Amino acid sequence: MCVLAHVLEEAGIATVVLASIRPVAERMNVPRVLYCEFPLGRPLGMPDNASFQHEVLSAAFDLLEAPEGPVLVDYPEIVEAFETPLACALPPRYDPDIAPSVDEAQGLRAAYDRAVARRGTTEVGRSISADGVPGALADLERVIAGEHWKEVYGPRLDTLAISHDLRSYYQEAALELADGPAPGARQVEAWFFEETEAGKTLAVARDALKDQDAPDGIIFYMVPVGR
Amino acid sequence: MSSDQTMRDLMANLPVPEFESTPWASPPPLAQATVAIVTSAGLHRADQERFVGRGDVSYRMLDRSDRELILGHWSSNFDRSAYVSDHNVVYPIDRLEELAAAGTIGAVAPRHVAFAGNQPDTVSEVRLDTGPAAAAELRADGVDVAILTPV
Repeated sequence: MCVLAHVLEEAGIATVVLASIRPVAERMNVPRVLYCEFPLGRPLGMPDNASFQHEVLSAAFDLLEAPEGPVLVDYPEIVEAFETPLACALPPRYDPDIAPSVDEAQGLRAAYDRAVARRGTTEVGRSISADGVPGALADLERVIAGEHWKEVYGPRLDTLAISHDLRSYYQEAALELADGPAPGARQVEAWFFEETEAGKTLAVARDALKDQDAPDGIIFYMVPVGR
Repeated sequence: MSSDQTMRDLMANLPVPEFESTPWASPPPLAQATVAIVTSAGLHRADQERFVGRGDVSYRMLDRSDRELILGHWSSNFDRSAYVSDHNVVYPIDRLEELAAAGTIGAVAPRHVAFAGNQPDTVSEVRLDTGPAAAAELRADGVDVAILTPV
């Protein structure tokens, strides 16, 4: 973002960066920065809160009044992430003959479909569609059971895309199922990795891939840093 | 330590391109300015090509009326749930429409820009090639001011 601020200003467009990493903005001589200590992924601070978003934009536009730069101002309000797992019931075990994660994913399909119908789009689809979610989990279970990843996937394995699609499928279903206002940052992540069979499967498969000496590029983005 | 703090600490010391000076564009008064959003969230329409991952220096032009956009930035290390609930938390297009209707800003730009963040350390292609190309498209639309939103 800070590079683009330089590029845009040189082209004659005045910019304000809603920066999320203060030291990076400090080091890059960016013309106008509003440092916003909000959860990563939420540059305007809060979803479903138009007045808060307007206050942030207003503070950003205020920086256009400065006669010269660089200008770096801290937004006065901090928004903390909230890492308690989202309260969201999971489907009961239905088919004891298949892996719990696969069973669970199939049980969430109706909620996922409702979410897509309501929103008109989906984040699932980087490597698989919703139809491919149970199969993707079954593949991870094979790795956990001891099969080498090359036997399961062939030479090319895009775990980043698979992980993204699994998380997105669960996230969209969970936001449809959970009551109340939009959850705090990281609450859906915590629910996925701490409470769902799919999330636990993904983390255990990551460890199994490590043990199989799969390359870092395959492993690193399967789960967030720190999990 | 929170996940966000871990990421902030990791990123605080990343190598960044050096800029010895600060360019400075002087915009018209806000009430006369055309305003665009430039985001590094990798947003795209379903009918546009996906961002492929680290090192994808391309950008997508988003029409003012586009809403059902996909969050194409591929990192697993930021909260994606808020965007699913409300696109304005990343892409405040409805807020700009309200500001234009109220006369606070002059106009909402006809097109907006999405790059995907998490670029290679030098960022040279964005700096020298695709960034200037996107800037030229915005200038052609008469854009005076850009709000930059990272994820």
